[in-house]
Amino acid sequence: MTFFPYVVAGWLFVIGLWGVVSSTDLVRTVLSLTVVQSSTYVVLLAIGYRSAGKAPIVADIPAASKLVDPVVQVLVLTDIVIEATVTALLLALVVQAHKRFGSVDPARLRALRH
Amino acid sequence: MSRRGRLSLFAVAGTGLLAVLLIGFHGLPRFGDYHGIYGLLVNRVEPAQRRATDIVTALNFDLRAFDTLGEEFILFASVAGVAVILRHLRDEDQDLQRSQGIEDHRFAGASEALRAGSLVLIPLLVALGAYVVFHGALTPGGGFQGGIVLAAGPLAILAAGRYLALKRLAPEWALEALEATGGACYALIGLGGLIFAGVYLRNFLPLGDSGQLLSAGMMPLNSIAVGLEVTGAFLLTWTEFLDQALVVRRGELRR
Repeated sequence: MTFFPYVVAGWLFVIGLWGVVSSTDLVRTVLSLTVVQSSTYVVLLAIGYRSAGKAPIVADIPAASKLVDPVVQVLVLTDIVIEATVTALLLALVVQAHKRFGSVDPARLRALRH
Repeated sequence: MSRRGRLSLFAVAGTGLLAVLLIGFHGLPRFGDYHGIYGLLVNRVEPAQRRATDIVTALNFDLRAFDTLGEEFILFASVAGVAVILRHLRDEDQDLQRSQGIEDHRFAGASEALRAGSLVLIPLLVALGAYVVFHGALTPGGGFQGGIVLAAGPLAILAAGRYLALKRLAPEWALEALEATGGACYALIGLGGLIFAGVYLRNFLPLGDSGQLLSAGMMPLNSIAVGLEVTGAFLLTWTEFLDQALVVRRGELRR
């Protein structure tokens, strides 16, 4: 099962993308985008894993222990910050779209259809 | 574009994407079989040279400290963006006195048990958040993680059905000041590195003993600065959204 985490990541990516494409509600579109983004967390963490490696916290284990890669974990932290900011901005746009058009269905956003 | 057109376009693009995905996954290292030298090196260097026991935080505030500065600014810019997008339009009114039914939101009918529970949660959340921020260089956590927990503390007031009390406790000017202070402190700590160690964001404080609260040089300070900014940034974002739902009314409804 050395490929299983990548299958999970691929599944999250595809199902999130399907959510973005098939959505009839902009809030659901934004949430689907966060599902797409969460697949990147799985990929990053899976890449950095070493068999039987421990978390890179040496507070209570010897520093010479076999540890997993900390670089990808820091990238995941950055990823989460970016996801939070992007989600906030998109949801703010959805709020204004709802005020302007009275709907959050992308098919009903009249100004976008021209 | 019609829904059918959109989906058939996705079917074409999706096939290409699937091929690229499969090729990409094929090139990844087998799970558990990673041999990147950089991560191994960091695992050796950071505990030895910086006396930090949480290597992830050590990377964040030492080797990638400049990236973290950029991350701070991204957060700052995005909160400003949310505030601009959700600005009050000309026909909207947000006078708290005149907004009838502001306490009349979904949680306003909160039971006594929910209210008491939320009030009990506030000190616990603040204490946990402060713990996570202060111990960033020692155990899992750091400024970003702790800042979110800290921001959740005041949010418990909302769960108790008291949004106006939340706005009184954490007015927008105070949150803006908190966020700006956090960002500025991080940049100033970097300046300290430039002055005392010759390189921007390089450590210039004594390292202390590994595992102590005040150790790992400037990392605890960085952690606190980031924690302040994240707390302010997220409370500000949430306030902007909650204002939209609870306070802002269309002008014509008011008259």
